[in-house]
Amino acid sequence: MLKVNDLHARVENTAILHGLNLEIKPGEVHAIMGPNGSGKSTLGNVLAGRPGYEVTGGTVTYNGQNLLEIEAEDRARAGVFLAFQYPVEIPGVSNMEFLKASVDSIRSARGEETMSSMDFIKLAREKCKAVDLPQDFLKRGVNEGFSGGEKKRNELLQMMLLEPRLCILDETDSGLDIDALQVVANGVNALRSPERTIIVVTHYQRLLDYIVPDYVHVLAKGRIVKSGGRELALELEKHGYSWIDEEVA
Amino acid sequence: MSENIEQYLKSEYSAGWVTDIESMTIPAGLNEDVIRLISAKKFEPEWMLEWRLKAYRHWLEMKEPDWAHVVYPKPDFQALSYYSTPKSMEDGPKSLDEVDPELLRTYEKLGIPVYEQEVLAGVAVDMVFDSVSVGTTFRQKLKDAGVIFCPISEAVHEYPELVKKYLGSVVPQRDNFYAALNSAVFSDGSFVYIPKGVRCPMELSTYFRINEAKTGQFERTLIIADEGSQVSYLEGCTAPMRDENQLHAAVVELIALDDADIKYSTVQNWYPGDENGKGGIYNFVTKRGIAHTRSKISWTQVETGSAVTWKYPSCILKGDDSIGEFYSVALTSNYQQADTGTKMIHLGKNTRSTIIAKGISAKYSSNSYRGLVKMNPGAEGARNYTQCDSLLIGDQCGAHTFPYIESKNPTAVIEHEATTSKVSDDQLFLCQQRGIDAEKAVSMIVNGFCKDVFRELPMEFAVEAGKLLEVSLEGAVG
Repeated sequence: MLKVNDLHARVENTAILHGLNLEIKPGEVHAIMGPNGSGKSTLGNVLAGRPGYEVTGGTVTYNGQNLLEIEAEDRARAGVFLAFQYPVEIPGVSNMEFLKASVDSIRSARGEETMSSMDFIKLAREKCKAVDLPQDFLKRGVNEGFSGGEKKRNELLQMMLLEPRLCILDETDSGLDIDALQVVANGVNALRSPERTIIVVTHYQRLLDYIVPDYVHVLAKGRIVKSGGRELALELEKHGYSWIDEEVA
Repeated sequence: MSENIEQYLKSEYSAGWVTDIESMTIPAGLNEDVIRLISAKKFEPEWMLEWRLKAYRHWLEMKEPDWAHVVYPKPDFQALSYYSTPKSMEDGPKSLDEVDPELLRTYEKLGIPVYEQEVLAGVAVDMVFDSVSVGTTFRQKLKDAGVIFCPISEAVHEYPELVKKYLGSVVPQRDNFYAALNSAVFSDGSFVYIPKGVRCPMELSTYFRINEAKTGQFERTLIIADEGSQVSYLEGCTAPMRDENQLHAAVVELIALDDADIKYSTVQNWYPGDENGKGGIYNFVTKRGIAHTRSKISWTQVETGSAVTWKYPSCILKGDDSIGEFYSVALTSNYQQADTGTKMIHLGKNTRSTIIAKGISAKYSSNSYRGLVKMNPGAEGARNYTQCDSLLIGDQCGAHTFPYIESKNPTAVIEHEATTSKVSDDQLFLCQQRGIDAEKAVSMIVNGFCKDVFRELPMEFAVEAGKLLEVSLEGAVG
């Protein structure tokens, strides 16, 4: 469902990705690990089409389409979801209004009917409970005054409502305490399905105790240098990223 | 809902068409004879003509103000026509049935309810087309409640005592250059009188439409709320797209007697000019209200149109315990310039005022808030709260704030808060990543920013205002 071939990308004139290859089948969960500055977040942002992330070479095929030719909002409508590392605030726009606009637009792109406000409110409240966010967060401005953990849970709430095909979690575990981590992981696990692909970008293997991946890739200097199963993450934990550098060298 | 949005996003200035109607427009130029002619056209009594001539003589001695943060070529006052009326109106229709159907279609096209039976919410409408009022709905129903709602030209004949007493009482002829000009040549506008203790049974509104080329519109509105009465009034404004600039210089005076309550809302959508800054209306307006004991005057404005706006709806809080409010959203895009705000003049004890001003600038526009809060020596225990927020879209536009605060009473409390923010790329990307396109995202962010003001608008107009912002922001991103 996703094929990344020899991807090169740069951010503000700094080349970050240098020929990244990755292939993911539907239903799989892939973890991408790597030291700071290895290009983990860049990969997620490039896939989601964030302005400022310039692709200088290579191809990305998503369900047979050339993903790089599609506008960011159309990628979202086609099922690409990026859970942000640092979700921004949008003051004055209520979470509910934002979520409804988002779900409406994605449903209509899928050719589905728009949900009535009543049905939507019901659904949103239900999902709130699932991610352990009090319902009054729906009335507050998008991420406005939310704590770090609340922001991350709000990302998860959006993911649950939008039901994407490709989920990219960009360091969703950063800044979470152990309880919040558990909540987020349960939410992600609940979304695992044969049609859905999940990419978990993380610095620490801790998250992978809760979201158990099918494959683990190690990113270094803009390239995947090692791939393996679950056990690779544990080895990394034991030896640190310097071990990879030695391996690759 | 989403279809509507799509449609609105695609439409440009939707009120930009011209009604093809035969007009009687007097030749361009301004002198005493022109004023006599305007007065004669309206069969005005001698006192009214004298009043106009006096204003004209003041005007001749005045200079155009240049302190506002706006730049534009000075209008050539001799190149404008000061009076234009649809030919069919020359003899004056007696009722709506006699009004030229082409004219009524103009208002229908603008979505304004012309026939009483079509109105659900019960809004009485006065329609002013160029220099004349073409019809006012629900007059009988209002009359039954004792409310007078009619064109001001008619009030001069029917209620001369009220007009004589209050016209120019809040905005004196010599107040400023444009107020003097308006006093000399004002054509039409609405007159409202709410008798003692009466709560006006419906919203009153006036729709101003400039149609003729090379004319100015100089409307004059006078609203008197007698003791303990209550009224909510809304004005809307549109004009065709034309390459030359047109002048709109209005004066609005509000009088809230003891315990009265006046709510005045404006949705101003005059033609703003094209994307290169060509054409558009010069909107130079003086609006002021006087609040007597325990009365309240509330101004709400949504300003999206006009090439240049110069406007400061103000309150003179004369009576003890009177309240003044000003809620404003001013949006500028392309090459629009706005210098707008308010004056709150606290004279009485325990007077209170609130100012919430939201300025949004996009593209190459310039948007200034200018406000005065003045506490006179008698304003014992008076309070003001001002909140002034600017939102920038893109990096070519400008936002400015000019707050003036004068306090001559140590017990008065003045609070001023101001913020400036930008619609950030990160906010836009968050929306896009959730499937919301950039235009819709900007409109949502801007609407969120304006929420505190929209809350103050009558319900149906709040929706209108939201849509208007969306249209005005079209093409503001990317």
